[in-house]
Amino acid sequence: MSQTYNPTEFMGNADTHSGVTNAKLGVWLFLASEVMLFATLFTSYIVLRMAAVSWPWGWDVLNVPLATLNTVILITSSVTIVMAYAKAYDKDKAGFQMWMAATLLLSFAFLVVKGFEYGHEFALGIAPSTSVFYAVYFTMTGLHGLHILGGIAVNAGLLYMSTVDEHWQHPLFLGRVEGAGLYWHFVDIVWIFLFPALYLL
Amino acid sequence: MSHDEHGHHELSFKEKYIFSVDHKVIGLQYLITSFLFLMVGFGLMMLMRWQLAFPGTPIPLIGNMFPAELAPNGVMSGEFYNSLGAMHGTIMVFLGVVPLAVGAYGNYVMPLQIGAPDMAFPRMNMMSYWLYLPGGIMMLSSFIMPGGAAQSGWTSYPPLSIINPGQTVWLLSMVVLITSSLLGAINFLVTTINLRAPGMSLWRMPIFVWAQFVTAVLLLLAFPPLEAASVLQLMDRVFHTSFYMPKDLVVLGKAYAGSGGGQPLLWQHLFWFLAHPEVYVLVLPPMGIVAEIIANNTRKPLHGYKTMVFSMIAIGVMSFMVWAHHMFISGMSASLGNFFLVTTMIISVPSVALMTCLVFSLKGGSIRYNVPMLFALAFIPLFAIGGLTGLPLGMTVTDIFLHDTYYVIAHFHFVVVSGSIIALMGGTYYWFPKWYGRKMNDKLGLIHFWGSVASMVGIFAPMLFMGLAGASRRLYDPTAHLHNLPVQGWNVVSTCAAYSLFLFQLPFIYNFFNSMWNGEKTVENPWQATTLEWACPSPPPHGNFAKTPTVYRGPYEYSVPGRETDFWMQNDPS
Repeated sequence: MSQTYNPTEFMGNADTHSGVTNAKLGVWLFLASEVMLFATLFTSYIVLRMAAVSWPWGWDVLNVPLATLNTVILITSSVTIVMAYAKAYDKDKAGFQMWMAATLLLSFAFLVVKGFEYGHEFALGIAPSTSVFYAVYFTMTGLHGLHILGGIAVNAGLLYMSTVDEHWQHPLFLGRVEGAGLYWHFVDIVWIFLFPALYLL
Repeated sequence: MSHDEHGHHELSFKEKYIFSVDHKVIGLQYLITSFLFLMVGFGLMMLMRWQLAFPGTPIPLIGNMFPAELAPNGVMSGEFYNSLGAMHGTIMVFLGVVPLAVGAYGNYVMPLQIGAPDMAFPRMNMMSYWLYLPGGIMMLSSFIMPGGAAQSGWTSYPPLSIINPGQTVWLLSMVVLITSSLLGAINFLVTTINLRAPGMSLWRMPIFVWAQFVTAVLLLLAFPPLEAASVLQLMDRVFHTSFYMPKDLVVLGKAYAGSGGGQPLLWQHLFWFLAHPEVYVLVLPPMGIVAEIIANNTRKPLHGYKTMVFSMIAIGVMSFMVWAHHMFISGMSASLGNFFLVTTMIISVPSVALMTCLVFSLKGGSIRYNVPMLFALAFIPLFAIGGLTGLPLGMTVTDIFLHDTYYVIAHFHFVVVSGSIIALMGGTYYWFPKWYGRKMNDKLGLIHFWGSVASMVGIFAPMLFMGLAGASRRLYDPTAHLHNLPVQGWNVVSTCAAYSLFLFQLPFIYNFFNSMWNGEKTVENPWQATTLEWACPSPPPHGNFAKTPTVYRGPYEYSVPGRETDFWMQNDPS
């Protein structure tokens, strides 16, 4: 290693002790911390509900059809991001851009549906302070929504980068798409737990 | 400065010293910043000590400089005392010791010890520091916010923390600080897993690297729960939800406006789920430093290297299962108390194994009594006092008496001050030659050492006596209660010792900055150590090693029979 070494030189180097690139390992570790974050929220939810005198049924007070639609949207977006990765793997730029744009569209659709749900609840005068149930509902879905926004930022960034040759040709580009995909699947999985926990149980 | 198109990229002052991506510069940034925060936290404590020793008398010299609502006529108000207490704990733990142990020492030394050119994610490393500093400044700024700083202790128990003013800034800065430390933890883990030099197998890693590794796992998995818990508390404060607010709460004669139906104990569980692993975050890296110094200065291999590593891993795993021993008298179920009593007794076994290995490492060595070694030697008995005084707190029966007395404060401070901080100070003397290519002055070091150790014992031993006599902690005026009066004299002793501890830090501060420019110049490996950080120039250049080192053997090959020198470096091919 010379003294003028470039930090990014070894970032995507798979010739590491573990055989996994730094970036990929970093994303997995980040997801481990995210699991702890959401596990804490789910645990708090269980504790609060177990101790509560009364707790409403999710399907009585929340909009199950819309949430089902959102579940379908998110699962589809997980498929489209895998397609985007496959196209990036094949060096098919147009294909990558199409599938990534589809992923972005679906994530915006998710937020729009969610916003519609929130809007309806606010119109009824429901707020996080209404009851512990709504506190849990708004906090958990809100935090999940923030994660969706983060994913949109990353995915949009990758879509933009693919239009610049320097980035598209970069040896680390595929790894970046993979990292974004891992994160997006995680956000998807959190929703798959949130949906039954809040709406169906 | 301009960018040179043809040759080396000349770094501007800003890139080199402020927004640097070099782990060594970031490490030193952490070092200086966390030492400053330690001084701030110590300053808050000195104010509190005045009130405890001489309640109701004006604070000398600076008492009149405080605004009248904090200290009318120079006498500290109760609210101000509470703020000082909450901020002292928060600053010392989250802004002082942990950033010093992990951000400074870990950042600087760990990549060198594994033979890496830098951290795995240099820019993320920079980001960790640049979240830590604003987070810290934000925390301090709460003193000048309307409502003042947080007043609910560093543990921030609701409902008090949700009703009290000042807590919102505390929560926001905690979220920033937690993010910083999460980024750091990811970086440390990836670096240790992926960037080790050829031949540096796991069982050849120095104990310090192992300590940092286990610490990073704890930070990665224990901090997110506090982040979530802080978000919930923030919701309670800002959006008036009732995650932690019970039903039918009456505050100052009025019914609480929120819906109620939450669980105050939930916060305590979530908080201690972080804060107990956090104790080991405070302790493991300093233990690693002590192990390095002891192996180097006894000139023999550590006794039980693998035992120490397995003990650290065991501590790491167990530390997630002991949290509720902080809550024995909180009203939680008594059978739950029994469970946590048992796990607490179990976790003391690997801790004792670690200490035993350190003591046995001394046996039969020809010990060099230099300044870092004195700190390492002082660590063993003082930390042991801290550890052993913890056992009665971990047992439900004795804890009923000792809980919330000065005994708890004495126990914790013996562990963290005369344990962790002593070791971290020793680490400064040990690695200073690597940082600046110069040695710190020995005479000033000896004054600093003996003065600090005597003062620390002088501060905390009286607290043990007071606690055993039943003196309650968190009291603004200890003389207001009859049962505290017989031991009030110890408060005066403790306060005097605290001020003397401050005086004995002055030679250290002078020594540190003076030696940076005027210290005696040293060579690459002044302590004749075996680990890789001594195999590169002092200070190491950008990129650390001229050529990636290859590792041939374990970390502590001292006094190997048949060799000319008494140390065999890890990268020595002969």
